[in-house]
Amino acid sequence: MQEPLIIEAGRAEAHYWRDLWRYRELFGFLAWRDILVRYKQTAIGIAWAVLRPLLSILILTVVFGNVAKLPAGPLPYAILVAAAMLPWQFFTNSLTESSQSLVGNANLISKVYFPRMILPASAVVVSLVDFAISFGIIVCLMFWYQYLPGWQILALPAFVVLALLSALGPGLLITALNVKYRDFRYIIPFIVQLGLFVSPVAYSSSVIPEKWRFLYSLNPMVGVIDGFRWCFGDAGGIYLPGLLGSMGVTALLLYFGIRYFRRMERGFADVI
Amino acid sequence: MASVHIKAEKIGKRYTLRHSDAGARYTALRDVLATKLRNLLHRPLRQLQASSEEEFWALQDISFEVNQGQVLGIIGRNGAGKSTLAKILSRITEPTSGRVTLHGRVASLLEVGTGFHPELTGRENIYLNGAILGMSRSEIRAKFDEIVSFAEVEPFLDTQVKHYSSGMAVRLAFAVAAHLQPEILIVDEVLAVGDAAFQKKCLGKMESVSKEGRTVLFISHSMSLITRICDRAIALEKGKIANDGTAHEVARTYLAASGTGSSSSWRPSAPVGDSAAKVHSARLHSPDGNCASTFSIGCPIYCTVEYELLAGGQRAMPALQLVNESGTVVFGSAAFQLRETTRIGCHSATCTIPAHLLAEGHHSLNIAVVSYNPNTLHAFEREVLSMLLVDDTSGDGARGDATGHWPGIVRPKLDWAVAC
Repeated sequence: MQEPLIIEAGRAEAHYWRDLWRYRELFGFLAWRDILVRYKQTAIGIAWAVLRPLLSILILTVVFGNVAKLPAGPLPYAILVAAAMLPWQFFTNSLTESSQSLVGNANLISKVYFPRMILPASAVVVSLVDFAISFGIIVCLMFWYQYLPGWQILALPAFVVLALLSALGPGLLITALNVKYRDFRYIIPFIVQLGLFVSPVAYSSSVIPEKWRFLYSLNPMVGVIDGFRWCFGDAGGIYLPGLLGSMGVTALLLYFGIRYFRRMERGFADVI
Repeated sequence: MASVHIKAEKIGKRYTLRHSDAGARYTALRDVLATKLRNLLHRPLRQLQASSEEEFWALQDISFEVNQGQVLGIIGRNGAGKSTLAKILSRITEPTSGRVTLHGRVASLLEVGTGFHPELTGRENIYLNGAILGMSRSEIRAKFDEIVSFAEVEPFLDTQVKHYSSGMAVRLAFAVAAHLQPEILIVDEVLAVGDAAFQKKCLGKMESVSKEGRTVLFISHSMSLITRICDRAIALEKGKIANDGTAHEVARTYLAASGTGSSSSWRPSAPVGDSAAKVHSARLHSPDGNCASTFSIGCPIYCTVEYELLAGGQRAMPALQLVNESGTVVFGSAAFQLRETTRIGCHSATCTIPAHLLAEGHHSLNIAVVSYNPNTLHAFEREVLSMLLVDDTSGDGARGDATGHWPGIVRPKLDWAVAC
């Protein structure tokens, strides 16, 4: 006989991480479901994951690279943009999807117990799959320009993990806020739009004046995007204090995201 | 000695009601900001805002124990706290106070088809739903064929669930849940959906589940289901336990308390009727003359009416109508045996409702004194008596030893001549 399960106020809180581990299979199933549903109409579904970043890359390359003629360094401008656009779209997708994950699964939350963090986390995983598919774009671009990145490309997985963490923190925060304040989702497109300009997507972060560079790097996406570019051989190199600052903010956001989410979690079933 | 599977100690659940936005369960940031701003400008308003919050205990002081293999029914009106209790036991929401100890895995069927995704096929949904209900992947794989045949959906296994009929979707959902094999199963009103044949299957499954030594908590409005399936029942009223006892006992008190209640005798403060005839009293009793309001469907039921005739020259007779739970008049009967005009004065008439005629459930009686040709209703009182009929499946009734749902508003035991 297994050990008895005790339910009392505050109890779930105490066994949170153990429970999260216990429900890992459900986490897998939910992510699998979301991916399956997303690509159910196969042709359109996968095309969508490629088409959106591709169009954005195209527009940014034409406007900033050819019309405004921003400096690009040794990298072809299209690859410079793609190396930023892919993590950036991964970040915004995660934010949007995870913020909807709880409200979209309201029937589950009000009927079955599981650690609620599974839902936004699985939404982030789905965005990661999108990211993996759209990664084909950059591979195609490298073939097109006959460009081969150096050894730095081996560090890419580390920056993918950093991108994942930097999406998860704000994702959890916004998810919890979205349950409590249902109009919070209107703020997300605004964050996404503004973020595009304060992140080095359409330009290289080396254009930022030196005295503002650290402050600018506190945006967690700056560290991620600069890292991605570095992996693909951007001449700018890595601005170490900025990267550490980015990572610090990511860690901070993750900590507060998890804390706030867990505080709100207990009431989700009653509120949703 | 059976071990205790569920032990609830003084559980309570408090909700805070906000009156300012009574309609909305979630708040809009816009409103919160607006309120904050307003409060900043008009300090005294804050006092008002605070006082408009009210505490509400959905459950209070709920303590009970359920032994292994027991089937516990939970009844109560809407808002009595049944669903809150189910939610606490299935860990969806935490209690505000108290503690519950559960020995074994809990599965709840709060609503059929929870987590079903219409875009996914039947096969995919079995895996997904199984995972949501707490099955591991290998467990689902092992029981997959069994689930499919129980749900009778083999041909549609690779069809998207959105193309299923609602009956099929429900069958599939229940099939997954039924194969969960938890130590504790919580069922909340699921049986309200699905066709009769399927309901029968479900009830059978619940009974077999309890025979396997599993514990079932059955939350329902249907008194006849509770009395059939459950050994024991708890009646909740306003978040507290109003009654805890055998299912029949609790069902009887519950019906008695719920207005339309079960009452074995009726005596108005003044006799009712017109100038020609009045009814004094009526009562239900068993053959030995004791008043009763719960009968086995295998026993005859006696109804005795005491009435008084005030005017001569007419053929006034007592009559009754039997009304079932859904308000259908099952039958009417009058004492046509009285051929002559009856003498003035008090009379007593007893009507025998034969054994093996009525279906189980709650029935009530309309009592009247009438004369026919010309038809005159001297006295007519609606639903003055009521009773609960139970089918104890002792094997000698119309249903024989069949368990499960047995439809029909009457349940006569008929003769079958079987030629071999």
